Amino acid sequence: MVLDIIFMYIKVFAVGGLICALAQLLINYTKVTAGKILVYFLLAGVILRAVGLYQYLVDFAGAGATVPICGFGYLLADGAIKGAKISLFNAIVGGTSAAAMGITAAIVFGYIFALIFKSKSKRN
Amino acid sequence: MKRTMFFKNKPTIIGVSSVAGPKESSGSINEYIETKLDDDMYGEKTFEKAESRMLFTAIKNSIINAGKEEKDVDALICGDLLNQIIASTFAARNFNIGYLGVYNACATFTEALTIGAAMVDGGYMNNVVCATSSHFSSAERQYRYPLELGCTRPPQSQWTVTGAGSSVISKSGDGPKIVCATVGRVIDYGVTDTNNMGAAMAAGAADTLLNHFKEINSNPDEYDLIVTGDLGTLGSRILKDLVWEKGYDIEKQHVDCGELIYSICEDEYQGGSGAGCSSVVFNSYLYSKLKNKEYKRIILMATGALLSSVSAQQGESIPGIAHAVVVES
Amino acid sequence: MKTSNDCLNNNYLEYVKSISPKTKQKRSLFHAFWVGGVICSIGQSFRYLLEYGVGLTGDELSSYVSMIMIFLGALLTGLGVYDRIGKYAGGGSIVPITGFANSVVSPAMEFKTEGYIYGTAAKMFVVAGPIIVFGIASSVLVGLIYFIGFRIF
Repeated sequence: MVLDIIFMYIKVFAVGGLICALAQLLINYTKVTAGKILVYFLLAGVILRAVGLYQYLVDFAGAGATVPICGFGYLLADGAIKGAKISLFNAIVGGTSAAAMGITAAIVFGYIFALIFKSKSKRN
Repeated sequence: MKRTMFFKNKPTIIGVSSVAGPKESSGSINEYIETKLDDDMYGEKTFEKAESRMLFTAIKNSIINAGKEEKDVDALICGDLLNQIIASTFAARNFNIGYLGVYNACATFTEALTIGAAMVDGGYMNNVVCATSSHFSSAERQYRYPLELGCTRPPQSQWTVTGAGSSVISKSGDGPKIVCATVGRVIDYGVTDTNNMGAAMAAGAADTLLNHFKEINSNPDEYDLIVTGDLGTLGSRILKDLVWEKGYDIEKQHVDCGELIYSICEDEYQGGSGAGCSSVVFNSYLYSKLKNKEYKRIILMATGALLSSVSAQQGESIPGIAHAVVVES
Repeated sequence: MKTSNDCLNNNYLEYVKSISPKTKQKRSLFHAFWVGGVICSIGQSFRYLLEYGVGLTGDELSSYVSMIMIFLGALLTGLGVYDRIGKYAGGGSIVPITGFANSVVSPAMEFKTEGYIYGTAAKMFVVAGPIIVFGIASSVLVGLIYFIGFRIF
C-alpha cells in the first residue's frame, strides 16, 4: 500500500512535470503567449480524450494527468461522450456540466479574491 | 530633405527636476535624482494617478529650480505612454499654462525638447517646460499582461522606468544650451517581437544618428557622449554595429540611459525603457554633469518603438523612431 | 501605402536573431518540470485525502480536487506569490489548473480600479476567456460526433 502510493507519486510527478516541460519547450521555441499555450493544451486534452487515448494517461498518472489544463479538456470531452450515450441533450450539455465545478470555482474565487486583494507593483 | 535644425539663439535649459520610483532610486544614478519615492503608488489609488502625480511634481519642481513662477512659463509640452497620454493631460490640469500633448512613445522627451527649443529660439515663447513620464505598472497593464499573471519575461525584454523628468527651456539664463536638433524618421525593418524593442528602435536610432553626422558634417569624436534613450544592452550593440557599417565608430562615446538607470542585474534583462527613462537620466545625472562642465557637448537621442497593443495583435511590425538634440554646456 | 511586408528587412532580422540572447533552454525546462511535478503531486495528495478520507469517487472526486487547486491558485495570486512562481517556472505554473485560476484572478484584481462591473467582472476572462470558449465549443462538437456515432453504429 505504502509502496503503491510512493510509486503513484513518482508517476504523478513525472507525467505532470513532463506535460509542463513540453509547454515550456513550446514557449522557448515558438514564443507563443501564456493564453495560447493554455488553449492548445486544452484542445490537445479534448482531442486525446475523443480518440480514447487520454483515459490511459489518467489511469496511469492520476492527478499528473488531470491537474494540467489538458485534464480540464479531458473532463469536458469525457462529459460530452458520456452524455452522448444517453441523449442529444446530454451530448450537448455533458461537457459543460462536467467542467461546471472548475468554471464556477474560477469565477467565484476569482471575484472574491479580486475584491479582497489589490494588485501590487513589482520591483523585480 | 533637411532634418537638422540649428538654434541660433541657443535656448538654455535653466532648471530641471526628476522624480523616480523605488527601483530607479536605488540604481546607479540614485544620488542625482531629486525626488526619490519609497512607494510607487505615490499616495494615489491607481497607477495612472500615481504617474500623473509624478509628472506634476517634476514639472512643479523644475519651475521652482529654474527660479521662475508658474505665470512666467508660456507653454507646457508633455507626453507619456498611456492611451491618449492621460498622465500628461491630468498633470497639466493643475497648471494655468498653455499645454501641448505630444507622443512619440519613448522618444517623446527629445521630441518635446525639439519643439520647445524651436518655440523659444524663434522668439515666440520665453519659457517652455518639457516633461515626460512613464510608470512600470501602468505601462505593463496597458501593453502586456496584468501584473499578477505568472509568466516568464524573455531575456530580450526591458523594464519600464517608473519616473518623470522635466526641463525648463528659456531664451536667456544660465545652463546648458540646446544647439541643434535632428528630427527622426519612422523606420521599420519588420521586427515583430514585442519583447525585443531594442532591435526595433536601433534601426531608427542609426538612421537619425547617421543623418545627423552627415548633415552637419561632424563625426562622433566631436561629442563627449552619445546618449541613446532606451535601447538596452542588445539595442545598443545593434546600433553600434549599424553605425560601424557606415564608417562611424561610437564605441567610446556611446551610453544608453536604459543601461545607466539600473544597476544591471538579471531582473531587468536589457535595462530600462519608457518615456521616463531618458527624461529621468537627462534631468538628473546628465544635466548636473553638463552644468559643472564635465561634459561639454553631448547628443541626447531618445528612441521610441511606435507600437500599440492593437497593432501588435493585428500582426503589424514595430516601427522605430529617434530624435536627437545636441546640448552644450 | 506600405504594409509590414514591404518593410521586411530579412538581413536585419537574421542579424538581430543571431545576437539576441537565448532563453537558457535546459534550465527553464528543468524549472518547469519540477514545479509542474510538485503542483500535480499536491493535487494527487488532495485526491488521496478526498478519496480515502471523505470517500468521494469518480467525477465528484476530480471536480473537488480541481476546485481546491483553483482555490489555491487564486489565493496565491491574490497574495502576489503566483507571479513569482510563474517567473521562475514558466510553463510549470501556466499549464496546471492553478495557472488557469491565476489567469482569471490577475486581470480581475488589476482592473478593479475601473469598477466592480466593467472592471473586475468584465476583464476577468481577458486571458482565460478563450479557454472556456474553445473548451465548451469543442466539447459540444465531440458530444455531437459521438452522439451520431452511437446512433449509426
